[in-house]
Amino acid sequence: MPDLDALTIHESAALLRRREVSSRELAQAALDRIAAVDGRVRAFLTLTADQALAQAAAADRRLAQDEAGELLGVPVAIKDVLVTKGVRTTCGSKMLEGFVAPYEATVVRRLFDAGAVMVGKTNMDEFAMGSSTENSAYFTTRNPWDLSRVPGGSSGGSAAAVAAGEATYALGSDTGGSIRQPAALCGVVGMKPTYGRVSRYGLVAFASSLDQVGPFTRDVRDTATVLNAICGHDPCDATSAPGETPDFTAQLEAGVRGLRVGVPKEYMPADLHPGVRACVEDAIAALEAQGAAVDRDVALPSTKAALAVYYIIAPSEASANLARYDGVKYGFSYQQGEGMWDNMEKTRGLGFGPEVKRRIMIGTYALSSGYYDAYYLKAQKVRTIIRREFDAAFEKYDVLVAPVTPTPAFRIGEKTGDPYEMYLNDVFTLPVNIAGLPGISVPCGFVADGPSGDELPVGLQIIGKPFDEATVLRAARAYEATASWAARRPPL
Amino acid sequence: MALDRDAVTHIAKLARVALSDEEIELFRTQLSEIIGHFDVLSAIDTEGVEPTAQILPLQNVFAPDVPRPSLPPEEVLDLAPLTDDGYLRVRAVLE
Repeated sequence: MPDLDALTIHESAALLRRREVSSRELAQAALDRIAAVDGRVRAFLTLTADQALAQAAAADRRLAQDEAGELLGVPVAIKDVLVTKGVRTTCGSKMLEGFVAPYEATVVRRLFDAGAVMVGKTNMDEFAMGSSTENSAYFTTRNPWDLSRVPGGSSGGSAAAVAAGEATYALGSDTGGSIRQPAALCGVVGMKPTYGRVSRYGLVAFASSLDQVGPFTRDVRDTATVLNAICGHDPCDATSAPGETPDFTAQLEAGVRGLRVGVPKEYMPADLHPGVRACVEDAIAALEAQGAAVDRDVALPSTKAALAVYYIIAPSEASANLARYDGVKYGFSYQQGEGMWDNMEKTRGLGFGPEVKRRIMIGTYALSSGYYDAYYLKAQKVRTIIRREFDAAFEKYDVLVAPVTPTPAFRIGEKTGDPYEMYLNDVFTLPVNIAGLPGISVPCGFVADGPSGDELPVGLQIIGKPFDEATVLRAARAYEATASWAARRPPL
Repeated sequence: MALDRDAVTHIAKLARVALSDEEIELFRTQLSEIIGHFDVLSAIDTEGVEPTAQILPLQNVFAPDVPRPSLPPEEVLDLAPLTDDGYLRVRAVLE
Protein backbone atom coordinates (compact mmCIF):
# COMPACT_ATOMS: atom_id res chain seq x y z
CA MET A 1 0.00 0.00 0.00
CA PRO A 2 1.47 3.40 -0.97
CA ASP A 3 1.47 6.38 1.39
CA LEU A 4 -2.16 7.47 1.28
CA ASP A 5 -1.22 11.07 1.98
CA ALA A 6 1.04 11.23 -1.10
CA LEU A 7 -1.47 9.97 -3.67
CA THR A 8 -2.74 11.93 -6.64
CA ILE A 9 -6.46 12.14 -7.33
CA HIS A 10 -6.21 9.61 -10.16
CA GLU A 11 -4.18 7.19 -8.04
CA SER A 12 -6.73 7.54 -5.22
CA ALA A 13 -9.63 7.00 -7.62
CA ALA A 14 -8.00 3.83 -9.00
CA LEU A 15 -7.51 2.40 -5.49
CA LEU A 16 -11.09 3.30 -4.54
CA ARG A 17 -12.46 1.66 -7.70
CA ARG A 18 -10.54 -1.53 -6.99
CA ARG A 19 -11.76 -1.43 -3.35
CA GLU A 20 -8.15 -1.46 -2.18
CA VAL A 21 -8.85 1.55 -0.04
CA SER A 22 -11.99 3.23 1.26
CA SER A 23 -12.81 6.91 1.25
CA ARG A 24 -12.90 6.72 5.02
CA GLU A 25 -9.30 5.49 5.05
CA LEU A 26 -8.24 8.30 2.73
CA ALA A 27 -10.00 10.88 4.89
CA GLN A 28 -8.47 9.43 8.05
CA ALA A 29 -5.02 9.42 6.45
CA ALA A 30 -5.41 13.12 5.59
CA LEU A 31 -6.65 13.94 9.11
CA ASP A 32 -3.79 11.94 10.64
CA ARG A 33 -1.29 13.77 8.47
CA ILE A 34 -2.82 17.10 9.51
CA ALA A 35 -2.53 16.06 13.16
CA ALA A 36 1.12 15.11 12.61
CA VAL A 37 2.37 18.13 10.66
CA ASP A 38 -0.07 21.03 10.79
CA GLY A 39 1.21 22.24 14.14
CA ARG A 40 4.34 23.18 12.17
CA VAL A 41 2.89 24.00 8.72
CA ARG A 42 -0.26 25.80 9.96
CA ALA A 43 -2.11 25.48 6.64
CA PHE A 44 -5.62 25.28 8.13
CA LEU A 45 -7.80 27.94 9.72
CA THR A 46 -10.65 25.52 10.34
CA LEU A 47 -10.66 21.72 10.42
CA THR A 48 -13.83 19.88 9.47
CA ALA A 49 -12.98 16.36 10.62
CA ASP A 50 -16.54 15.31 11.51
CA GLN A 51 -17.93 16.56 8.23
CA ALA A 52 -15.05 14.90 6.36
CA LEU A 53 -15.76 11.51 7.92
CA ALA A 54 -19.48 11.88 7.19
CA GLN A 55 -18.76 12.85 3.57
CA ALA A 56 -16.33 9.91 3.31
CA ALA A 57 -18.99 7.51 4.60
CA ALA A 58 -21.43 8.88 2.02
CA ALA A 59 -18.79 8.49 -0.69
CA ASP A 60 -18.13 4.90 0.37
CA ARG A 61 -21.85 4.17 -0.01
CA ARG A 62 -21.82 5.68 -3.51
CA LEU A 63 -18.70 3.67 -4.39
CA ALA A 64 -20.36 0.51 -3.10
CA GLN A 65 -23.10 1.10 -5.68
CA ASP A 66 -20.41 1.16 -8.38
CA GLU A 67 -20.72 4.88 -8.92
CA ALA A 68 -17.67 6.15 -10.78
CA GLY A 69 -16.11 9.59 -10.54
CA GLU A 70 -12.54 10.75 -10.22
CA LEU A 71 -13.26 13.03 -7.25
CA LEU A 72 -15.64 10.67 -5.45
CA GLY A 73 -14.26 10.03 -1.97
CA VAL A 74 -11.04 12.04 -2.36
CA PRO A 75 -9.98 14.57 0.34
CA VAL A 76 -9.86 18.26 -0.55
CA ALA A 77 -8.93 21.48 1.27
CA ILE A 78 -10.82 24.70 0.49
CA LYS A 79 -9.34 28.18 0.69
CA ASP A 80 -11.23 30.18 3.29
CA VAL A 81 -12.25 32.72 0.62
CA LEU A 82 -14.98 30.35 -0.62
CA VAL A 83 -18.16 30.27 1.43
CA THR A 84 -19.24 26.95 2.89
CA LYS A 85 -22.69 26.42 4.28
CA GLY A 86 -22.56 25.71 8.01
CA VAL A 87 -18.74 25.98 8.19
CA ARG A 88 -17.24 29.36 9.08
CA THR A 89 -15.62 31.44 6.33
CA THR A 90 -13.18 34.01 7.71
CA CYS A 91 -11.38 35.10 4.54
CA GLY A 92 -8.35 35.41 6.80
CA SER A 93 -9.92 38.47 8.42
CA LYS A 94 -11.11 39.43 11.88
CA MET A 95 -13.96 41.13 10.01
CA LEU A 96 -15.47 37.68 9.32
CA GLU A 97 -14.17 35.82 12.38
CA GLY A 98 -17.46 34.13 13.25
CA PHE A 99 -19.15 34.34 9.85
CA VAL A 100 -21.07 31.22 8.78
CA ALA A 101 -22.55 31.62 5.32
CA PRO A 102 -26.13 30.51 4.68
CA TYR A 103 -25.18 29.15 1.25
CA GLU A 104 -22.47 27.19 -0.55
CA ALA A 105 -20.13 28.62 -3.19
CA THR A 106 -20.92 27.09 -6.59
CA VAL A 107 -17.46 25.51 -6.92
CA VAL A 108 -17.74 23.93 -3.48
CA ARG A 109 -21.23 22.61 -4.27
CA ARG A 110 -19.92 21.15 -7.54
CA LEU A 111 -17.12 19.35 -5.69
CA PHE A 112 -19.50 18.08 -3.02
CA ASP A 113 -21.91 16.85 -5.71
CA ALA A 114 -18.96 14.96 -7.22
CA GLY A 115 -18.31 13.32 -3.85
CA ALA A 116 -15.43 15.42 -2.53
CA VAL A 117 -14.46 15.08 1.14
CA MET A 118 -13.58 18.46 2.68
CA VAL A 119 -10.99 18.20 5.46
CA GLY A 120 -10.85 21.93 6.24
CA LYS A 121 -10.57 25.57 5.23
CA THR A 122 -7.12 26.92 4.52
CA ASN A 123 -5.26 30.00 5.66
CA MET A 124 -4.76 32.96 3.38
CA ASP A 125 -3.76 36.60 3.31
CA GLU A 126 -6.67 38.70 4.55
CA PHE A 127 -9.26 39.11 1.77
CA ALA A 128 -6.72 37.45 -0.57
CA MET A 129 -4.47 40.53 -0.47
CA GLY A 130 -0.88 39.40 -0.17
CA SER A 131 1.83 37.07 -1.39
CA SER A 132 2.91 35.23 1.75
CA THR A 133 -0.06 34.58 4.16
CA GLU A 134 1.66 37.06 6.49
CA ASN A 135 -1.40 39.30 6.06
CA SER A 136 -3.66 36.64 7.58
CA ALA A 137 -5.31 38.06 10.69
CA TYR A 138 -4.72 34.68 12.39
CA PHE A 139 -1.23 33.30 11.73
CA THR A 140 1.37 32.76 9.00
CA THR A 141 1.47 29.44 7.16
CA ARG A 142 4.94 27.90 6.79
CA ASN A 143 6.52 26.59 3.61
CA PRO A 144 6.71 22.78 4.00
CA TRP A 145 10.12 22.74 2.27
CA ASP A 146 11.64 25.20 4.77
CA LEU A 147 9.53 26.17 7.77
CA SER A 148 11.37 29.49 8.14
CA ARG A 149 10.01 30.60 4.76
CA VAL A 150 6.63 31.71 3.44
CA PRO A 151 4.44 29.40 1.35
CA GLY A 152 3.48 32.29 -0.94
CA GLY A 153 0.05 33.78 -1.07
CA SER A 154 -2.59 34.63 -0.96
CA SER A 155 -3.65 30.94 -1.24
CA GLY A 156 -0.64 29.85 0.82
CA GLY A 157 -2.61 27.51 3.08
CA SER A 158 -4.01 25.57 0.12
CA ALA A 159 -0.58 25.25 -1.53
CA ALA A 160 1.11 24.18 1.71
CA ALA A 161 -1.66 21.67 2.51
CA VAL A 162 -1.20 19.88 -0.81
CA ALA A 163 2.61 20.01 -0.60
CA ALA A 164 2.57 18.68 2.98
CA GLY A 165 0.23 15.78 2.22
CA GLU A 166 -2.65 17.20 4.26
CA ALA A 167 -5.11 17.03 1.35
CA THR A 168 -4.97 15.38 -2.06
CA TYR A 169 -5.89 18.65 -3.75
CA ALA A 170 -7.17 22.09 -2.86
CA LEU A 171 -9.02 25.07 -4.24
CA GLY A 172 -7.64 28.58 -4.23
CA SER A 173 -8.33 31.91 -5.87
CA ASP A 174 -6.06 33.97 -8.09
CA THR A 175 -6.45 37.73 -8.58
CA GLY A 176 -2.82 38.59 -9.41
CA GLY A 177 -1.02 35.29 -8.91
CA SER A 178 -2.55 33.97 -5.70
CA ILE A 179 -2.71 30.38 -7.00
CA ARG A 180 0.33 30.24 -9.28
CA GLN A 181 2.79 31.98 -6.93
CA PRO A 182 2.19 29.76 -3.86
CA ALA A 183 2.04 26.68 -6.12
CA ALA A 184 5.51 27.60 -7.40
CA LEU A 185 6.92 28.29 -3.94
CA CYS A 186 5.49 25.04 -2.51
CA GLY A 187 6.32 22.77 -5.46
CA VAL A 188 2.79 21.78 -6.53
CA VAL A 189 0.73 22.37 -9.67
CA GLY A 190 -1.60 25.38 -9.53
CA MET A 191 -3.80 26.82 -12.25
CA LYS A 192 -5.77 30.00 -12.82
CA PRO A 193 -8.33 29.31 -15.54
CA THR A 194 -9.53 31.91 -18.06
CA TYR A 195 -11.59 34.69 -16.47
CA GLY A 196 -15.21 33.55 -16.74
CA ARG A 197 -14.40 29.83 -16.91
CA VAL A 198 -15.23 29.16 -13.26
CA SER A 199 -18.15 30.60 -11.31
CA ARG A 200 -17.30 33.25 -8.73
CA TYR A 201 -20.61 32.80 -6.89
CA GLY A 202 -19.67 32.36 -3.24
CA LEU A 203 -16.10 33.56 -3.77
CA VAL A 204 -15.65 36.48 -1.37
CA ALA A 205 -15.02 39.34 -3.81
CA PHE A 206 -11.65 41.11 -3.96
CA ALA A 207 -11.26 42.49 -7.51
CA SER A 208 -14.18 41.25 -9.55
CA SER A 209 -12.70 41.73 -13.03
CA LEU A 210 -9.58 39.76 -12.06
CA ASP A 211 -10.63 37.08 -9.51
CA GLN A 212 -10.80 33.47 -10.62
CA VAL A 213 -11.00 30.15 -8.73
CA GLY A 214 -8.65 27.27 -9.54
CA PRO A 215 -7.03 24.09 -8.23
CA PHE A 216 -3.82 23.03 -6.49
CA THR A 217 -2.85 19.43 -7.29
CA ARG A 218 0.13 17.05 -7.24
CA ASP A 219 0.20 16.60 -11.01
CA VAL A 220 -1.18 18.05 -14.23
CA ARG A 221 -3.72 15.29 -14.84
CA ASP A 222 -5.33 16.10 -11.49
CA THR A 223 -5.58 19.77 -12.44
CA ALA A 224 -7.47 18.78 -15.60
CA THR A 225 -9.73 16.52 -13.54
CA VAL A 226 -10.60 19.25 -11.04
CA LEU A 227 -11.21 21.76 -13.85
CA ASN A 228 -13.65 19.30 -15.42
CA ALA A 229 -15.61 19.42 -12.16
CA ILE A 230 -15.56 23.14 -11.38
CA CYS A 231 -15.77 24.81 -14.80
CA GLY A 232 -18.97 25.70 -16.59
CA HIS A 233 -21.64 28.33 -16.81
CA ASP A 234 -23.42 29.37 -13.61
CA PRO A 235 -26.51 31.56 -13.80
CA CYS A 236 -25.62 32.90 -10.34
CA ASP A 237 -22.50 34.60 -11.77
CA ALA A 238 -23.24 37.06 -14.58
CA THR A 239 -19.56 37.01 -15.62
CA SER A 240 -19.48 33.24 -15.96
CA ALA A 241 -18.92 32.39 -19.62
CA PRO A 242 -21.68 30.59 -21.48
CA GLY A 243 -20.84 27.62 -23.68
CA GLU A 244 -19.66 24.07 -23.33
CA THR A 245 -16.72 23.01 -21.19
CA PRO A 246 -14.36 20.61 -22.96
CA ASP A 247 -12.96 17.47 -21.32
CA PHE A 248 -9.63 18.89 -20.16
CA THR A 249 -8.08 15.42 -19.84
CA ALA A 250 -8.71 14.51 -23.50
CA GLN A 251 -5.58 16.10 -25.06
CA LEU A 252 -3.28 15.77 -22.06
CA GLU A 253 -0.91 13.22 -23.53
CA ALA A 254 -0.84 14.62 -27.07
CA GLY A 255 2.66 16.07 -26.63
CA VAL A 256 4.18 19.32 -27.86
CA ARG A 257 5.61 18.34 -31.26
CA GLY A 258 5.19 21.42 -33.44
CA LEU A 259 3.69 23.48 -30.61
CA ARG A 260 4.72 27.12 -30.97
CA VAL A 261 6.20 28.29 -27.66
CA GLY A 262 7.14 31.91 -27.02
CA VAL A 263 9.38 33.16 -24.21
CA PRO A 264 8.72 36.84 -23.45
CA LYS A 265 12.07 38.47 -22.75
CA GLU A 266 10.51 40.88 -20.25
CA TYR A 267 9.88 37.83 -18.04
CA MET A 268 13.57 36.87 -18.03
CA PRO A 269 15.13 40.11 -16.73
CA ALA A 270 18.80 40.47 -15.85
CA ASP A 271 18.03 40.48 -12.11
CA LEU A 272 16.05 37.23 -12.17
CA HIS A 273 17.27 34.83 -9.46
CA PRO A 274 19.98 32.75 -11.20
CA GLY A 275 18.61 29.48 -9.83
CA VAL A 276 15.13 30.28 -11.05
CA ARG A 277 16.51 31.24 -14.45
CA ALA A 278 18.45 27.97 -14.73
CA CYS A 279 15.39 25.85 -13.84
CA VAL A 280 13.13 27.70 -16.28
CA GLU A 281 15.70 27.52 -19.09
CA ASP A 282 16.12 23.79 -18.49
CA ALA A 283 12.34 23.37 -18.69
CA ILE A 284 12.17 25.34 -21.94
CA ALA A 285 14.97 23.16 -23.34
CA ALA A 286 13.00 20.07 -22.30
CA LEU A 287 9.95 21.31 -24.22
CA GLU A 288 12.19 21.97 -27.23
CA ALA A 289 13.64 18.47 -26.98
CA GLN A 290 10.07 17.14 -27.12
CA GLY A 291 9.58 18.89 -30.47
CA ALA A 292 8.19 22.29 -29.48
CA ALA A 293 9.18 25.23 -31.69
CA VAL A 294 10.62 27.70 -29.18
CA ASP A 295 11.14 31.41 -29.85
CA ARG A 296 13.14 33.04 -27.03
CA ASP A 297 12.80 36.58 -28.35
CA VAL A 298 9.15 37.52 -27.82
CA ALA A 299 8.43 41.13 -26.85
CA LEU A 300 5.60 42.23 -24.54
CA PRO A 301 6.86 45.78 -23.99
CA SER A 302 4.00 46.99 -21.79
CA THR A 303 4.84 44.36 -19.17
CA LYS A 304 6.73 47.10 -17.29
CA ALA A 305 3.43 48.96 -16.77
CA ALA A 306 1.45 45.91 -15.62
CA LEU A 307 2.31 46.27 -11.93
CA ALA A 308 1.00 49.85 -11.88
CA VAL A 309 -2.12 48.88 -13.84
CA TYR A 310 -2.80 46.06 -11.40
CA TYR A 311 -2.19 48.15 -8.27
CA ILE A 312 -4.69 50.71 -9.52
CA ILE A 313 -7.41 48.41 -10.86
CA ALA A 314 -7.34 45.74 -8.11
CA PRO A 315 -7.46 48.20 -5.17
CA SER A 316 -10.11 50.29 -6.95
CA GLU A 317 -12.36 47.28 -7.34
CA ALA A 318 -11.51 46.18 -3.79
CA SER A 319 -12.44 49.56 -2.34
CA ALA A 320 -15.90 49.17 -3.89
CA ASN A 321 -16.30 45.47 -3.03
CA LEU A 322 -15.21 45.87 0.58
CA ALA A 323 -17.67 48.71 1.15
CA ARG A 324 -20.09 45.94 2.14
CA TYR A 325 -18.26 45.42 5.46
CA ASP A 326 -20.13 48.08 7.37
CA GLY A 327 -20.90 46.29 10.63
CA VAL A 328 -24.60 46.38 9.82
CA LYS A 329 -25.40 43.22 7.84
CA TYR A 330 -22.88 40.64 9.08
CA GLY A 331 -19.37 40.30 10.40
CA PHE A 332 -17.52 42.30 13.03
CA SER A 333 -19.50 45.28 14.32
CA TYR A 334 -18.30 48.08 16.58
CA GLN A 335 -21.27 49.33 18.57
CA GLN A 336 -19.85 51.72 21.17
CA GLY A 337 -19.34 54.72 18.89
CA GLU A 338 -21.00 58.11 18.80
CA GLY A 339 -23.42 57.30 16.00
CA MET A 340 -23.90 55.29 12.84
CA TRP A 341 -20.97 56.74 10.88
CA ASP A 342 -18.61 56.55 13.84
CA ASN A 343 -19.60 52.92 14.39
CA MET A 344 -19.06 52.15 10.71
CA GLU A 345 -15.67 53.83 10.54
CA LYS A 346 -14.47 52.10 13.71
CA THR A 347 -15.88 48.75 12.52
CA ARG A 348 -13.73 49.06 9.41
CA GLY A 349 -10.75 50.60 11.20
CA LEU A 350 -10.64 47.78 13.76
CA GLY A 351 -11.93 44.91 11.60
CA PHE A 352 -9.52 45.27 8.65
CA GLY A 353 -5.78 44.63 8.88
CA PRO A 354 -3.12 47.02 7.55
CA GLU A 355 -2.78 45.66 4.00
CA VAL A 356 -6.54 45.66 3.42
CA LYS A 357 -6.78 49.22 4.69
CA ARG A 358 -3.82 50.19 2.51
CA ARG A 359 -5.52 48.81 -0.61
CA ILE A 360 -8.88 50.35 0.21
CA MET A 361 -7.09 53.68 0.58
CA ILE A 362 -5.20 53.30 -2.73
CA GLY A 363 -8.40 52.35 -4.53
CA THR A 364 -10.44 55.13 -2.97
CA TYR A 365 -7.74 57.59 -3.97
CA ALA A 366 -7.53 56.31 -7.57
CA LEU A 367 -11.30 56.57 -7.95
CA SER A 368 -11.67 59.93 -6.22
CA SER A 369 -12.64 63.16 -7.93
CA GLY A 370 -9.67 64.73 -9.70
CA TYR A 371 -7.65 61.49 -9.91
CA TYR A 372 -10.05 59.14 -11.70
CA ASP A 373 -8.87 60.05 -15.23
CA ALA A 374 -5.17 60.11 -14.36
CA TYR A 375 -5.17 56.80 -12.51
CA TYR A 376 -8.21 54.54 -12.93
CA LEU A 377 -9.19 55.41 -16.50
CA LYS A 378 -5.54 55.53 -17.59
CA ALA A 379 -4.96 52.09 -16.05
CA GLN A 380 -7.98 50.68 -17.89
CA LYS A 381 -6.60 52.02 -21.18
CA VAL A 382 -3.18 50.52 -20.55
CA ARG A 383 -5.03 47.31 -19.69
CA THR A 384 -6.32 47.35 -23.27
CA ILE A 385 -2.76 47.77 -24.59
CA ILE A 386 -1.49 44.87 -22.44
CA ARG A 387 -4.32 42.67 -23.76
CA ARG A 388 -3.53 43.61 -27.35
CA GLU A 389 0.12 42.67 -26.89
CA PHE A 390 -0.91 39.24 -25.63
CA ASP A 391 -3.41 38.91 -28.49
CA ALA A 392 -0.66 39.72 -31.01
CA ALA A 393 1.71 37.23 -29.37
CA PHE A 394 -0.93 34.51 -29.54
CA GLU A 395 -1.20 35.05 -33.31
CA LYS A 396 2.32 33.58 -33.47
CA TYR A 397 2.52 31.28 -30.45
CA ASP A 398 0.25 28.65 -28.93
CA VAL A 399 1.57 29.21 -25.41
CA LEU A 400 3.96 31.57 -23.64
CA VAL A 401 6.33 30.27 -20.97
CA ALA A 402 8.01 32.20 -18.19
CA PRO A 403 9.02 31.97 -14.55
CA VAL A 404 6.18 32.23 -12.02
CA THR A 405 8.16 34.23 -9.47
CA PRO A 406 11.38 36.27 -9.54
CA THR A 407 12.83 34.29 -6.59
CA PRO A 408 12.18 31.08 -4.65
CA ALA A 409 10.33 31.29 -1.31
CA PHE A 410 11.54 34.16 0.85
CA ARG A 411 11.91 34.20 4.61
CA ILE A 412 9.05 35.03 6.92
CA GLY A 413 9.32 38.71 7.84
CA GLU A 414 11.72 39.49 5.00
CA LYS A 415 9.32 41.70 3.05
CA THR A 416 6.64 42.73 5.52
CA GLY A 417 8.17 46.18 6.12
CA ASP A 418 7.89 47.28 2.49
CA PRO A 419 4.52 46.76 0.75
CA TYR A 420 5.92 47.63 -2.69
CA GLU A 421 8.70 45.05 -2.34
CA MET A 422 6.01 42.46 -1.55
CA TYR A 423 3.98 43.53 -4.62
CA LEU A 424 6.98 42.78 -6.86
CA ASN A 425 6.49 39.04 -6.19
CA ASP A 426 3.56 39.06 -8.57
CA VAL A 427 5.25 40.86 -11.45
CA PHE A 428 5.19 37.74 -13.71
CA THR A 429 1.71 36.55 -12.74
CA LEU A 430 -0.52 39.63 -12.59
CA PRO A 431 -0.32 40.49 -16.34
CA VAL A 432 -2.15 37.19 -16.92
CA ASN A 433 -5.05 38.36 -14.72
CA ILE A 434 -5.07 41.78 -16.39
CA ALA A 435 -5.56 40.02 -19.75
CA GLY A 436 -7.90 37.36 -18.28
CA LEU A 437 -5.78 34.48 -19.64
CA PRO A 438 -5.35 30.93 -18.32
CA GLY A 439 -2.01 30.26 -16.62
CA ILE A 440 -0.49 27.30 -14.83
CA SER A 441 2.46 26.85 -12.49
CA VAL A 442 4.12 23.48 -12.81
CA PRO A 443 7.15 22.43 -10.69
CA CYS A 444 10.39 22.75 -12.73
CA GLY A 445 13.16 22.10 -10.26
CA PHE A 446 14.77 23.00 -6.97
CA VAL A 447 17.35 25.59 -6.04
CA ALA A 448 19.29 26.47 -2.92
CA ASP A 449 18.82 30.12 -2.00
CA GLY A 450 22.25 30.89 -0.64
CA PRO A 451 25.22 28.58 -0.09
CA SER A 452 23.85 26.60 2.86
CA GLY A 453 20.13 26.92 2.17
CA ASP A 454 17.59 24.14 1.87
CA GLU A 455 16.44 23.15 -1.59
CA LEU A 456 13.38 25.19 -2.57
CA PRO A 457 10.94 24.52 -5.42
CA VAL A 458 10.72 26.60 -8.60
CA GLY A 459 7.69 26.94 -10.86
CA LEU A 460 7.37 27.14 -14.65
CA GLN A 461 4.50 29.31 -15.84
CA ILE A 462 2.65 28.39 -19.03
CA ILE A 463 0.17 30.97 -20.32
CA GLY A 464 -2.46 30.28 -22.97
CA LYS A 465 -5.06 31.91 -25.15
CA PRO A 466 -8.43 32.70 -23.57
CA PHE A 467 -10.42 29.47 -23.06
CA ASP A 468 -7.53 27.35 -24.33
CA GLU A 469 -6.70 25.67 -21.02
CA ALA A 470 -6.44 22.39 -22.95
CA THR A 471 -3.25 23.49 -24.74
CA VAL A 472 -1.76 24.89 -21.52
CA LEU A 473 -2.41 21.58 -19.77
CA ARG A 474 -0.99 19.58 -22.70
CA ALA A 475 2.24 21.59 -22.63
CA ALA A 476 2.44 21.34 -18.83
CA ARG A 477 1.91 17.58 -18.98
CA ALA A 478 4.54 17.18 -21.72
CA TYR A 479 7.07 18.99 -19.53
CA GLU A 480 6.02 17.13 -16.38
CA ALA A 481 6.50 13.78 -18.16
CA THR A 482 10.20 14.62 -18.70
CA ALA A 483 10.77 15.61 -15.07
CA SER A 484 10.79 13.76 -11.76
CA TRP A 485 10.09 16.57 -9.32
CA ALA A 486 6.74 15.16 -8.21
CA ALA A 487 8.48 12.23 -6.52
CA ARG A 488 10.14 14.57 -4.01
CA ARG A 489 8.39 15.23 -0.74
CA PRO A 490 9.14 18.00 1.74
CA PRO A 491 11.29 17.01 4.74
CA LEU A 492 8.62 17.30 7.41
CA MET B 1 3.60 62.46 -5.67
CA ALA B 2 3.77 62.88 -1.92
CA LEU B 3 0.56 62.85 0.11
CA ASP B 4 0.21 65.04 3.18
CA ARG B 5 -1.68 64.12 6.35
CA ASP B 6 -4.77 66.04 5.24
CA ALA B 7 -4.92 64.03 2.00
CA VAL B 8 -4.65 60.73 3.91
CA THR B 9 -7.35 61.83 6.35
CA HIS B 10 -9.57 62.85 3.44
CA ILE B 11 -9.15 59.48 1.68
CA ALA B 12 -9.84 57.65 4.95
CA LYS B 13 -13.03 59.68 5.36
CA LEU B 14 -14.16 58.80 1.82
CA ALA B 15 -13.41 55.12 2.53
CA ARG B 16 -15.12 55.26 5.96
CA VAL B 17 -12.08 53.79 7.72
CA ALA B 18 -11.04 55.12 11.12
CA LEU B 19 -7.25 55.42 11.30
CA SER B 20 -5.00 55.99 14.30
CA ASP B 21 -2.39 58.78 14.20
CA GLU B 22 0.31 56.16 13.66
CA GLU B 23 -1.61 54.66 10.74
CA ILE B 24 -2.08 58.07 9.13
CA GLU B 25 1.65 58.66 9.26
CA LEU B 26 2.50 55.13 8.04
CA PHE B 27 0.03 55.29 5.18
CA ARG B 28 1.17 58.80 4.24
CA THR B 29 4.66 57.42 3.57
CA GLN B 30 3.64 54.09 2.08
CA LEU B 31 0.84 55.37 -0.17
CA SER B 32 3.09 58.17 -1.43
CA GLU B 33 5.68 55.59 -2.48
CA ILE B 34 3.15 53.23 -4.08
CA ILE B 35 1.36 56.02 -5.95
CA GLY B 36 4.76 57.32 -7.09
CA HIS B 37 5.24 54.05 -8.98
CA PHE B 38 2.05 54.76 -10.95
CA ASP B 39 3.92 57.49 -12.85
CA VAL B 40 5.14 54.82 -15.27
CA LEU B 41 1.69 54.98 -16.86
CA SER B 42 1.98 58.62 -17.89
CA ALA B 43 4.76 57.66 -20.35
CA ILE B 44 2.40 55.32 -22.25
CA ASP B 45 0.50 56.79 -25.18
CA THR B 46 -3.17 55.89 -24.77
CA GLU B 47 -4.51 58.35 -27.32
CA GLY B 48 -7.60 56.79 -28.93
CA VAL B 49 -7.36 53.59 -26.81
CA GLU B 50 -10.63 52.37 -25.31
CA PRO B 51 -10.56 51.36 -21.63
CA THR B 52 -11.02 47.69 -20.67
CA ALA B 53 -13.29 47.13 -17.67
CA GLN B 54 -13.30 43.34 -17.98
CA ILE B 55 -12.11 40.91 -20.63
CA LEU B 56 -15.19 38.90 -21.55
CA PRO B 57 -17.23 39.92 -24.60
CA LEU B 58 -20.34 39.79 -22.43
CA GLN B 59 -22.66 42.75 -22.03
CA ASN B 60 -26.06 43.12 -20.43
CA VAL B 61 -26.42 39.58 -19.12
CA PHE B 62 -30.06 39.01 -18.29
CA ALA B 63 -31.67 36.28 -16.25
CA PRO B 64 -35.14 35.01 -17.10
CA ASP B 65 -37.73 36.92 -15.09
CA VAL B 66 -38.91 33.90 -13.14
CA PRO B 67 -39.52 34.03 -9.39
CA ARG B 68 -37.39 31.68 -7.32
CA PRO B 69 -36.81 31.31 -3.60
CA SER B 70 -34.35 33.70 -1.98
CA LEU B 71 -32.19 32.81 0.99
CA PRO B 72 -34.43 32.43 4.05
CA PRO B 73 -34.73 35.99 5.49
CA GLU B 74 -34.44 34.77 9.08
CA GLU B 75 -31.12 33.02 8.34
CA VAL B 76 -29.76 36.17 6.72
CA LEU B 77 -30.98 38.43 9.52
CA ASP B 78 -29.39 36.07 12.04
CA LEU B 79 -26.01 37.23 10.73
CA ALA B 80 -26.67 40.88 11.64
CA PRO B 81 -25.62 42.40 14.98
CA LEU B 82 -28.88 44.36 15.42
CA THR B 83 -32.28 43.63 13.91
CA ASP B 84 -35.75 44.89 14.60
CA ASP B 85 -38.92 43.16 13.43
CA GLY B 86 -37.36 41.72 10.27
CA TYR B 87 -35.21 44.76 9.50
CA LEU B 88 -31.53 45.57 9.99
CA ARG B 89 -31.18 48.19 12.69
CA VAL B 90 -28.61 51.01 12.76
CA ARG B 91 -28.14 54.08 14.93
CA ALA B 92 -29.88 57.21 13.68
CA VAL B 93 -28.32 58.45 10.43
CA LEU B 94 -29.38 62.05 11.10
CA GLU B 95 -29.07 63.22 14.67
